[in-house]
Amino acid sequence: MEVKPPVPEVPPPVWTEFKDLQEFEKYRQQRTDDDKTSNTLASIADAIHHMPGGWIVTTSTDKVFNWARKSSIWPVTFGLACCAIEMMATFASRFDVERFGMVPWASPRHSDLMIVSGTVTIKMAPMLKRIYDQMADPKWVVSMGSCANSGGPFRHGYHVVKGVDRVVPVDVYVPGCPPTPDSLMYGLLKLQEQVAEFQKTGTK
Amino acid sequence: MTALAASDAAARLRQELNLDSTVDGQTLTATVPTERWQAAGSFVRDALGCRFFNFLTAIDWKEQGLEVLCRVDNLDARLAVMLRTRLGSASCPTLTGVWRGADWMERECYDMFGITFEGHPDHRRILLGDDWEGHPLRKDYAVDTPHTPYR
Repeated sequence: MEVKPPVPEVPPPVWTEFKDLQEFEKYRQQRTDDDKTSNTLASIADAIHHMPGGWIVTTSTDKVFNWARKSSIWPVTFGLACCAIEMMATFASRFDVERFGMVPWASPRHSDLMIVSGTVTIKMAPMLKRIYDQMADPKWVVSMGSCANSGGPFRHGYHVVKGVDRVVPVDVYVPGCPPTPDSLMYGLLKLQEQVAEFQKTGTK
Repeated sequence: MTALAASDAAARLRQELNLDSTVDGQTLTATVPTERWQAAGSFVRDALGCRFFNFLTAIDWKEQGLEVLCRVDNLDARLAVMLRTRLGSASCPTLTGVWRGADWMERECYDMFGITFEGHPDHRRILLGDDWEGHPLRKDYAVDTPHTPYR
């Protein structure tokens, strides 16, 4: 008598929910592989690490690199909606994130950080993706405000991306509608903490 | 300033075009058959002096069909005329020959409701991307329609 093992009932994946996540995982994988600079650095660090007493040098260089990375995060000047006003206030002299080494820079190729400040419409998403792709590795993304986090009040509209993490990988989510400059600054400081832990292999 | 009361305008519309209209203050609302849409537009512009094209939009009445409405103003006489038409199919004569301002409004109307404006000089989408499928302000449009991944 043949006994059939019970077939586990797995609900079929809803492709509207899963398609982008799979794309995102694939992209993230590919991004790590393509990170040539970090791979070279990692191999050099690995070689030094295997020399006698070399681990002291590698850990220290890692710390130095990460210190340098986190103290000069340049956000790309990229405003999408009303959150951009708060972002400009954060960059301006009253809140002054320049004391943390953050200079708003008008070129994605020189920037390390993209602050997605506002509603991402379906029409805007390819441009956002292009700007993200133009930035040099290592790069970080801060999702600012309800709209960028989840679609916010426009989530049930026909034209809004339901969270910017369906387009690019996000490191820090700042809630608020819009977030005050203090909130954004807190998020940026959290990002600095995260950058300080940045591993030599390029993985976060 | 030319004086033109809404009731006088309604009387002229009745006399010249045989159209019934309702008067509410200085606003005149007239329902026009689709085939006389352009004629009514020309009359309202030339005879009633409504030279300012305020807006044009549409309403989806589900199984009762689509309705196009536009509002034009005679700014001197403080007169507003609302023209409405019930469409049999999803096509309507264009008003771009009467008011230049109707151009983008009709493109938006096509974009959102899928109404074809016959004789429009530049008939394509205006707000949504060219690869968009469907017309989102139709009542039968599903809001969570899947779209292509972003890249």
